[in-house]
Amino acid sequence: MPKDHGIGASTKRREDVRFLTGTGNYLHDITVHGQAYAVFVRSNVANGRIVSVGSDAATGMPGVLAVFTGADFTAVGGNPAGWLINSRNGEPMREPKRPVLAHGKVRHVGDAYAAVIAASYNEAKDAAQAVADASVIEELPAVVDMAKALADPTNRVHDELPDNQCFDWGWIEDNRARVDAAIKAAPHVTTLELINNRLIPNAMEPRASIGEYFPGTGDYKLTTTSQNPHLTRLLVAAFVMGIPENKLTVVAPDVGGGFGSKIYHYGEEALVLAAAKKLKRAVKWVAERSESFLTDAHGRDHVTRIELACEKDGTFIAFRTETMANVGAYLSNFATVTPTFLHGTLMAGPYKVPNVYVNVKTVFTNTAPVDAYRGAGRPEATYSLERVVDMMCRELGLDPFEVRRKNFITTDMFPYTTPVGLAYDIGNYHATLDKATQLGDVAGFEGRRAASAAKGKLRGLGLSTWIEACGIAPSNLAGILGARVGLYDAATVRVNPTGNVSVFVGAHSHGQSHETVFPQIVADKFGIPESSVEIVHGDTSKIPFGMGSYGSRSLAVCGQAMSNACDKVVAKGRKIAAHMLEVTEADIVFSDGVFTASGTNKSKTFGEIAFSAYVPHNYPLATLEPGLEETAFYDPANFTYPAGTYICEVEVDADTGRVEVASFTCADDFGNVMNPMVVRGQVHGGVVQGIGQALLEHGVYDENGQLLSGSYMDYTMPRADDVPFVTVDHSCATPCTHNTLGVKGCGEAGAIGSPPAVVNAVLDALNRAGHNIAHIDMPLTPSRVWHAMNG
Amino acid sequence: MTKVTMTVNGISQSAETEGRTLLSAYLREGLGLTGTHIGCDTSQCGACVVHVDGVAVKSCSIFAQDVAGSRVTTIEGMANEDGSLGVVQQAFQDHHGLQCGFCTAGMVMTTSALLKGNPRPTEQEVRHGLEGNICRCTGYHNIVKAVLAASGQDAVAMAAE
Repeated sequence: MPKDHGIGASTKRREDVRFLTGTGNYLHDITVHGQAYAVFVRSNVANGRIVSVGSDAATGMPGVLAVFTGADFTAVGGNPAGWLINSRNGEPMREPKRPVLAHGKVRHVGDAYAAVIAASYNEAKDAAQAVADASVIEELPAVVDMAKALADPTNRVHDELPDNQCFDWGWIEDNRARVDAAIKAAPHVTTLELINNRLIPNAMEPRASIGEYFPGTGDYKLTTTSQNPHLTRLLVAAFVMGIPENKLTVVAPDVGGGFGSKIYHYGEEALVLAAAKKLKRAVKWVAERSESFLTDAHGRDHVTRIELACEKDGTFIAFRTETMANVGAYLSNFATVTPTFLHGTLMAGPYKVPNVYVNVKTVFTNTAPVDAYRGAGRPEATYSLERVVDMMCRELGLDPFEVRRKNFITTDMFPYTTPVGLAYDIGNYHATLDKATQLGDVAGFEGRRAASAAKGKLRGLGLSTWIEACGIAPSNLAGILGARVGLYDAATVRVNPTGNVSVFVGAHSHGQSHETVFPQIVADKFGIPESSVEIVHGDTSKIPFGMGSYGSRSLAVCGQAMSNACDKVVAKGRKIAAHMLEVTEADIVFSDGVFTASGTNKSKTFGEIAFSAYVPHNYPLATLEPGLEETAFYDPANFTYPAGTYICEVEVDADTGRVEVASFTCADDFGNVMNPMVVRGQVHGGVVQGIGQALLEHGVYDENGQLLSGSYMDYTMPRADDVPFVTVDHSCATPCTHNTLGVKGCGEAGAIGSPPAVVNAVLDALNRAGHNIAHIDMPLTPSRVWHAMNG
Repeated sequence: MTKVTMTVNGISQSAETEGRTLLSAYLREGLGLTGTHIGCDTSQCGACVVHVDGVAVKSCSIFAQDVAGSRVTTIEGMANEDGSLGVVQQAFQDHHGLQCGFCTAGMVMTTSALLKGNPRPTEQEVRHGLEGNICRCTGYHNIVKAVLAASGQDAVAMAAE
């Protein structure tokens, strides 16, 4: 029987009720008394010198309260990069200032160089258009193509830098000579050049912010669409605005999706705070979708050359990659860690390959900043690996299933340290491959292929065996590698006098279901109903601290902090019980919500202990404090390493090149699963984002730096009729060895593992049909597939 | 500014609007019914779907003045009279048909209109019927399941698990 409550139960989500009845509290839904509206004036050229800003044009227009330009922010700080990465030669990366508003130059289409504040949204919008019309921007040649940007730095994104490179990173540099020699001596080398296409995150709620200033106290409040309010507070207060952190509250209410794009601090957040202070009234900004396309941090955008050296029987000898990674016009907060430590460190995959070397050059271009998007570096690594492995199998006539089995790290090898620096604690890659093979009925493929052929369709099957590192940690290692932040999380568990529990967590839920799943854990810990537990998140004035939610870290890092805080509460409860039952603490046993003096029939319920903690009439105060509330900070010893196998079947229409995903099967190892319904939902969503990357989505700039795919008419989002049901299994669980919940992360897996499965399936279909096609770059649009077949 | 009156969720409502005010803005800002969301401003994402005289309409694609006098239903009007979730709403909760919740109002309104016209749709008819609504979280798997369940069919048997 499936569990009906607590850990492992598919508890229905409590947050659904407000979302299903229109009573959610998203940022756009919030109205603050007296609020004014900000509209930004954005560059319509990719690279340009700001000759003059037409602020005067707004003067006297109806409702206009103020116009801000870049000149108003020259005295404050820039929005910093979160990781300092050194080049192979030891030089630190180039980190040009990222201002609140562009000053002197604009560097991408959408770069804001002014903002108009007016009493109503329409008035602000009208005046912003007037300012735009009256401004003079001298257009300069745009830097768009990465190879050209590096080869010829005559045109630069940042005039003060000697070229357009941010850094040239090697991982691990000590491996390089050995890897080069191994590839030179190898019996077979497969070389693949591929593009990991630029994606635009498109959380359904556009970014939005409200700034407030309270003159009586000098306090500020920023309500914003953030995945991590404390990080935003640190960045906007300490780095940009120079506001003491204790004078700024950051609130992230219901947030309509993030997928990475709402991790980062953006200039709009600083602007609304500055405007609120100047005008002494709240200032609200809500992005239009076109602003989201132009200014949310984009994802991926790598150009990679990967070599796989192997024996003739497919035994891997070495991987070597050279990648150009686009960082756009400015460094977004995690832009430098995403293509490096979240990418290069995964380049051994789940394989016992002895030699791996990764080179990444990051390039400034006149495009929107590029940063972590669901998967963040790991989809890029997985795609390169799983594509080149598949290509090698075709070149050598080997079975892609058997080649993977032959090269997998085996269960007796854990803990296993890869040549690129990660220590995998546990996994069972053969088990997930076998499970997916069975669930996907690989044995029945030929029959389905024949049936497709009878309909005139080309059927193919693609495989991807992925691994990822999530819950980025530990802080001490991250610090050595250049992180400017710690990577712990925190939770406070407050048992109220009547025995119900308020839990304050640093993780932020914007779709992840924390409000439902976290109480399942607390309920089990305390032996109380889930309904007695409330999760509080997204408000720096309430929660203890936290690094927010991204990188599949909520449960594995913050959930463990919460679990540890619960353990501390139980420990305090034992002290209280010992006092109440007049026995020693060592004699107290806590089980299923009851503290019992062992060997007696004397006991106190969790509720009785809670009440006593707040009504401490006879406490020995020297040794027993009143109250029942504990906080834990948890800094993990290691990443967690979920892994799995994805199998995709496609049908290709030979006449049009249109690809239809016929089936998609996932066998994942997420360790222990807290709520299977929620975990499956995370995989469904991730897989469809990956199918979107493989077949549909592409952020395209032309040579002038104009975004050609800047609306839903041009950027192809996956829709309900583009995808099938997705088969998901998580039964092959190897619990994480370094957290007590035994959990890994599940949020990004689908987006990491799926693109190569889809592409491999299409190439399988085409090659089985007699086409000799080594590779097609994503997205595999009908046009690209048709041209590959027809030359 | 013109005073525009319509019946919203069974109640006659009025608000002063400009000629350019969209129905979505009229509902959200004029009447404070913020359950209807704006995801794209360009009638492509479906977050703003409401019913106008029983027909599903993207409320960002129509002026408030053009529907004066109509009967409009929004997500706030979809629960049962006793406040419990309606059939479609309940199916979305039962089958985890939402994650961040931002597209949900539009999904529920589209589904409700879809099932009115086609009470027992096939999976493909559901997918086609939801084609105008974008969800970035769920991969549509559980939304399609919820719609099938709301139509009284055995969604668990029809969907992969």
